[in-house]
Formats: sequence, structure tokens, C-alpha cells
Amino acid sequence: METPYQNHIDKADFDFVYEPAEDSFLLIDALEKDLEYLQLRKPTFCLEVGSGSGVVITALGMALPKALCFSTDINLKACNMTKSTAIRNNVLLDSINMDLATGFVHHKFDVVIFNPPYVVTETNECGGCGIEASWAGGVKGREITDRLLHMIPKILTPNGTFYLLLIEDNIPLEVVQIMSTYNYKSETVITRKVRNEQQLVLKFYR
Amino acid sequence: MKLITHNMLTSKCLKGVLTGYPLAINATDVKVNEVDFNPDFIARIIPKLDWEVLWRAADSLGHSEGLPQVVESNYEANQEFLKTAHKVLLEVEVEEGYLTCPESGRQFPITKGIPNMLLTEAEVQ
Repeated sequence: METPYQNHIDKADFDFVYEPAEDSFLLIDALEKDLEYLQLRKPTFCLEVGSGSGVVITALGMALPKALCFSTDINLKACNMTKSTAIRNNVLLDSINMDLATGFVHHKFDVVIFNPPYVVTETNECGGCGIEASWAGGVKGREITDRLLHMIPKILTPNGTFYLLLIEDNIPLEVVQIMSTYNYKSETVITRKVRNEQQLVLKFYR
Repeated sequence: MKLITHNMLTSKCLKGVLTGYPLAINATDVKVNEVDFNPDFIARIIPKLDWEVLWRAADSLGHSEGLPQVVESNYEANQEFLKTAHKVLLEVEVEEGYLTCPESGRQFPITKGIPNMLLTEAEVQ
């Protein structure tokens, strides 16, 4: 998978929008590793929740030219940046300023990806709309992730696949258990240690 | 905002709103951007849509010309139909305006082509 061009982005905007980092690229690497599986499923609509700069969904759109991409972010500046990243790389995408995926009709997306705010913080640190929303995850670094988990069965098509980046502090096993109550199977696609952070990408499907 | 996106958006997470669909479109700036035509892709999208909602949205923007109100059975082979659908789904873009919840009247602004669907805590179910 190719890395999208980012030279259209004004570096000063990264004061307001999460700058692509190791976790972003791990998620792209996970999608690349799973590309054959994705191509076989012929996804029509792909969604990235909390798209930030838009590099991940744009990379996916470049790899799946027969899919249409969508992105949401609670931060309007991130929505604008995602849109411009898609345009810069000739990817067809619509960007929506939305909390997670709360404003979509059910069962539309074949692929949903999420690189959540996963840093363990106090509860009152998460829930904002600015750059802090890109990392502050509250208790276990899971408060935002857990809200999305319960929406996944409604957002995904019956054959859809959900890719989620986590760190060990988030207790991935609990996430697997929550998703299994909705009859989702899970796999670890890729893991990587970055400084003191053990990052991994999980995949959920029925 | 493309009309394919409008086809998927709802205000049902507003407190007291049951379906919140379809949202009415009020546009003050509509653009038509050229997008490469891929007939197979359009044919794949059609069954995933609420066609009536698409038609009404296109009509409200003055872009329903040539678009049938009902999808005919053999649409995959009809190049002219697929081209018209392609334009309405992917090329017509609402740049500025707002969406309106059909039940509560709550308005969602569209700025630089991006709908703002954020709700305040008091508005959420």
C-alpha cells in the first residue's frame, strides 16, 4: 500500500489535528497485510471513525479504488484536513463532522476502521472536540472505544469487517469479549512495540 | 457533501426523534465536480440506496433531470441511466447550506462541503 502524499498539509495545523505517527502507520500496515482479504470482499463503502489527518482512510481508498470512502471526526479541523488529504491523493471521500458514527442509517459500511484516543487518562480529560480528543481515552483508555464497540453491529453490513487499533493498557482481551457478545470473531492482525507502548490492530468479523 | 452521503445520514440520535430520515436539504451553494465514471461501481451502489430519498434530494437541488423516479429492473445494462445516477450520486456536491431533521426541525449546517452533525449533550437520546 502506498503512503498518501501529505505535502499539502500546513505543519501548523498539526497543533489542532493529530499528526500521523507510529500508530497511524501500524493501522495502514495492518490493512496492507489484510488487503487480499479486503479485495475478495469487494467493499463498496469504507468508513474511518476519527480520521484526523486522513492518511489512513486515504491509504485504504488508494488501495481499494472500487470503494467509496467516508470519514467522521468530532474535530472540524480534522474533517477539513481529511478531505484535503483525500483530494490531494485522488481518493473519492466525503467527510462528516460527527461524533463517532452516531448519524448514519444502519448497516451501510463494509469496512470500518478506528484508531481511537487510547491513552489512559482521567474521565474528565476525554470528551472534548479539539486535539485532546485524538488521544485522551479516559479509564483504561477505552471510554471512547467502548462507545463505538456497541455501535459496530448497527453500522457494519452483515459481512462487514471492523479494524481497531489498541495498546496493551486498553486490555484488548476485554474488547474481544465485548465483541464476542455480539457474535464477532476476532484476530490480531499485527503488533508492534513503539518505545514503551505495545500497539496492536484487532480485526472483527462474523 | 455528496448525495450518496445524504442518503446515509439521519438525525435519529436526537432526543425524541424516531427515524430522523430523510433530512431535508437547503443549499445555498451547489457544485458539480467531475468524477471518473465507473459503471460497475455505480451499478453496485444502486441496490444499497434508498432511491426515493435520492431522487427527492436531487430534485430539491434542481438536479433530477433524466433521473427516473423508480429504478428499472435492467438498470445494470443501461449506460445512460448509470451515467445520470453517477452524476447525482458522486458529482453533485452541496458546499454550503443546511440539513433539517424532518421531525424536530433541528438544522445541521453544511460548511465547505462538510455537514456538522454534532449534538449538544442535552440533545442526545
